[in-house]
Amino acid sequence: MAQPATDKAADIDGVKGTATIPLLRTENLVLHYRTERGAVRAVDGIDLTLAAGEAMVILGESGCGKSSLTKALLRMLPRNVAAFSGSVWFEGRDIMTLDEETFRREVRWVGISMVMQAAMNALNPVVRVGDQVAEPLRVHRGWSRARALEKAAETFALVGLPADFLTRYPFEMSGGMRQRAVLAMALVTDPRLVILDEPTSALDVLTQANIMNVLKRIKAELGTSFILITHDVATSSELANRVALMYGGQLVEVADAAHFFRTPSHPYSELLMASVPRLRDTHEPVHIPGQPPNLLDLPAGCRFADRCPKRFARCAEPPPQTFDAAGNMSRCWLADPAHGSGAR
Amino acid sequence: MNVQASVTQAGAREVVLSAEDLHTWFELKRWGMLRIGHVRAVDGVDFALERGETVAFVGESGCGKSSLARTLLGLHKPTRGRVIFEGQDLGALDAAGWRAHRARVGYVQQDPYGALAPFMDVRRILAEPLIVNGVNDAAERDRRIRAALEEVRLLPVEEFLGKFPHMLSGGQQQRVVIARALILAPTLVIADEPVSMLDASVRVEILRLLRDLQRARNLTLAFITHDLSTVRYFAERIFVMYAGRIIEQASVDALLDTPLHPYTRALLAAIPDPDPDNATHYKEIPGGEPPSLLSPPPGCRFHPRCPVAIAGRCEREDPPETTLADGHRVACWLHVGGEGA
Amino acid sequence: MSALADGLVQLRRYPSAVAGIAIIAALLAVAAWAVIAIPYGSALELWRGGAQWQQHPVNARPAWVNWFRASSLPATQRVASDPATVEVEEYPGARRLVIPIELDYDHREFPSELNVFVDAAYLELEPFLRMTWHTPDGRAIPLGGRRVSRDERISISQDLALERRLGALPHVALFADPAVEGRPRALPGRYRLEIEAVVFEPESTLGATLVSYGRVHGLAGTDHQRRDLLVALLWGTPVALAFGLIAAVGTTLTTLFIAAAGVWFGGWLDAFIQRITEVNMILPVLPILVMVGTLYSTSIWLMLGVVVAFGIFSASIKMYRAMLLPIREAPYIEAARAYGVGNTRMILRYMIPRILPVLIPGFVTLIPSFVFLEASLAVLGLGDPELPTWGKVMNDAQSESALYHGYYYWVVGPAVLLMLTGLGFAMLGFALDRIFNPRLRMI
Repeated sequence: MAQPATDKAADIDGVKGTATIPLLRTENLVLHYRTERGAVRAVDGIDLTLAAGEAMVILGESGCGKSSLTKALLRMLPRNVAAFSGSVWFEGRDIMTLDEETFRREVRWVGISMVMQAAMNALNPVVRVGDQVAEPLRVHRGWSRARALEKAAETFALVGLPADFLTRYPFEMSGGMRQRAVLAMALVTDPRLVILDEPTSALDVLTQANIMNVLKRIKAELGTSFILITHDVATSSELANRVALMYGGQLVEVADAAHFFRTPSHPYSELLMASVPRLRDTHEPVHIPGQPPNLLDLPAGCRFADRCPKRFARCAEPPPQTFDAAGNMSRCWLADPAHGSGAR
Repeated sequence: MNVQASVTQAGAREVVLSAEDLHTWFELKRWGMLRIGHVRAVDGVDFALERGETVAFVGESGCGKSSLARTLLGLHKPTRGRVIFEGQDLGALDAAGWRAHRARVGYVQQDPYGALAPFMDVRRILAEPLIVNGVNDAAERDRRIRAALEEVRLLPVEEFLGKFPHMLSGGQQQRVVIARALILAPTLVIADEPVSMLDASVRVEILRLLRDLQRARNLTLAFITHDLSTVRYFAERIFVMYAGRIIEQASVDALLDTPLHPYTRALLAAIPDPDPDNATHYKEIPGGEPPSLLSPPPGCRFHPRCPVAIAGRCEREDPPETTLADGHRVACWLHVGGEGA
Repeated sequence: MSALADGLVQLRRYPSAVAGIAIIAALLAVAAWAVIAIPYGSALELWRGGAQWQQHPVNARPAWVNWFRASSLPATQRVASDPATVEVEEYPGARRLVIPIELDYDHREFPSELNVFVDAAYLELEPFLRMTWHTPDGRAIPLGGRRVSRDERISISQDLALERRLGALPHVALFADPAVEGRPRALPGRYRLEIEAVVFEPESTLGATLVSYGRVHGLAGTDHQRRDLLVALLWGTPVALAFGLIAAVGTTLTTLFIAAAGVWFGGWLDAFIQRITEVNMILPVLPILVMVGTLYSTSIWLMLGVVVAFGIFSASIKMYRAMLLPIREAPYIEAARAYGVGNTRMILRYMIPRILPVLIPGFVTLIPSFVFLEASLAVLGLGDPELPTWGKVMNDAQSESALYHGYYYWVVGPAVLLMLTGLGFAMLGFALDRIFNPRLRMI
């Protein structure tokens, strides 16, 4: 089904695919936690490729491990790590092998910065926002306060904050303003990649749209790459070049945005798209029966099988990642070339 | 598509709840003593809800929609104006009257986990409203608890009775909240953002459940929400609130298809549908922030952000509410005296 | 309550909690046994001291000190006369009785005292008796004669005339081994006390008991008033536990309720509670207790009342308030208001149960602190004078300069029990803290 869209996606991907080395690539990235009830397989073998200048959305329901993926990428690990392995290449360099100090000095906030979930509520209430935004420059580049504040002012303009906000305290700003400030803090060191974890979920519709406009402009003007972690399908489409859908600690589909939003391949993606209420559509959304798997006790076969309307005998075995001609991945036996209809 | 909409037009139904010139202000004090002003959370609201209809109060945070909900529930006292529920002025109720009122209004909250006492099991959670409202017969309580769980489809009932909230998924927790809201057989249910904390795949399920229950019991259901995209399927009428006021009200289709107020238009424009084309263009969104409820701007409260404000008028005079065809009402100078600009 | 039940089940996984529970269970068993074996009335009676202890030694060590000694210290030996062995000779107007009492003594250490208790039955004329001490090596030492009344204690050890005649303390001289030079040693063997009595009435009888007071006694030893310290150590357990438990329950529950009421109603009530607490927090409780004890009464129940009264408006009211304030705004409280829950029910059923699991560890560790407080008061001389308690024992030990005299057992017994109490509750409390305050849990 939806053959034309797939072709279109292939064209776009073809243009990009043959380009230079990817900005970020992970291979079999694993992050498991140790808890009293057993190992939580939050990140369970993630293969991602992100081209420079691209925005990738990592979509998933709560508890699918998407926030742990950001922790794994930036190596901000809690104490109860049971397993942390795999490879992460950033700008062609294997950053998994770096020691903590080198990682901190050369990768974190210099190459990859991050806006954490609810970060706007985590600003230090007793330090002026300008100083907080300038802080990464003083730490990582050893700049003077004046020079760092000057750069912070530039970044403020970029995210649409007036320069006089530099001297404000967080409580003197609205939620949207604070979110912009947090974004400025992530951008102030000119990182190549910014990871955004649910950057707009706590914000109102209009503010959310404004922030998405800011992100679009930064992406267009500075060529910054983004990884946007969210559960909000509709909002994610505002920025996405590619979409990676996460389920039970794994990626189940990675596809070009046009492909994913119009003709998703994986049965879970299809259902998820159908569950999104649309303002400009009269189809009533459906719901996905059942519950996401428990990361403590994942099924042996396909992790979506018990909720999947299309499951068949084969689903008792874990499906491999299958790539179509355009480089879109689907972790589903239906996409497997060996399965009946063949290539999809 | 919209079955409900046609029902609305079928004729005047009994008014269950009406608010007249309703104000809920909160005193703002400094050092516990000095009054330094009022937060005008609800600032002059008039509306009427009919029996068996589903409405949605839509607005951004701080527009007063949650304060309105709490005022209707009797959790806040109105500063001015009246709420009339089933013919009774809530301001004139005595303690017994309040108890009876509370039994007739159900409340579904936003955060299902927070809405359930973590130390009570499901049986206890559902028994509490019955106990405090004088259902003293344990067998009768048990019967009603089981019936309520069946109604929200937490089956088999036996399996859920002894569970504590943390053992339930978000969707199941919200079903318990709904069962609790319905167990006293209310005529009106107020649902404050009932699905915003739930995962996308569960939201529809809960909204459908609410709709089914609303139909089966002929409930009046008032959604308080910021999410216009779900409203289309689950409400008949929409009230759009901004800075403590209702600025536009209309049937769902009328409001979504022909929004009149510039704020409503902006709100609709801001809401994305999942579409890859979204990423290719910027959205036309008014900047600025909703005004402070401590000192709202004079005239139309949206005028500082309004792209089509009429200079010399909108910032001076409060726009009156204009009723257009099909009961579509809007408070905007653009639409005063006729079909509008 | 799920969190509570879950938490208690988890306790099994903490060895310290299991050990703590074992200690507490042992203390409870001791307490229960003490209360059953020695009823409250007789415990007070025993502790009052007096004649009932006269056959107990003064300041005897606990029996277990012998495990650590080369030559064992004697325990108390009582030998009563056997009517069957009494020889009777009739005289006109009198009878002569010869009463032999044989004592098998097998220690090289001397007894601490030697007394004869005479039980004479007569109407008017007091019997007369004369005693002779026969040592195992065949010496016969006359101990003198005297008239005796009905219940007479003939204190051989305190007989100054005898002491002068023998040239040493009588109980040393009578047991001394003549073959030993230098520091005297007791001669083990069968001693015989021969009492030659003359009774003047036909119905008169006479019995006697020879008591060789030991230097060790029972599990706990005895004090300066010959009282068995075991009574105090046993009975101190229920008193300490009851004091600690009642004080902890009383203060915690009342404080919790007051804090919750203040938080729920807010306004002037909350402000009032806060001000009272602040005033109370700067009041010195111990001096006030000393004052109450000095000026009014040192009854343990009065002290308990004062301790609870001061404990109620303590710093923990502030802590509970801080914990309850966010709960007041919790959605489930709002929902409960919406379905009509009244104030009392809201406080008791909705607010307090929410923080109860977090308070249990603190509550458990609070118990020994009240036990210690009671003991400290007793050591300061503010203990209940009637009730046998651990603190009272230590107070006696202190006032009798026990450590100066080397009576370390007098202090060790109650101190060990206090430490065990503290240890048991602390181990349980810390384990509970880990369970109920997951942030402290080791990852």
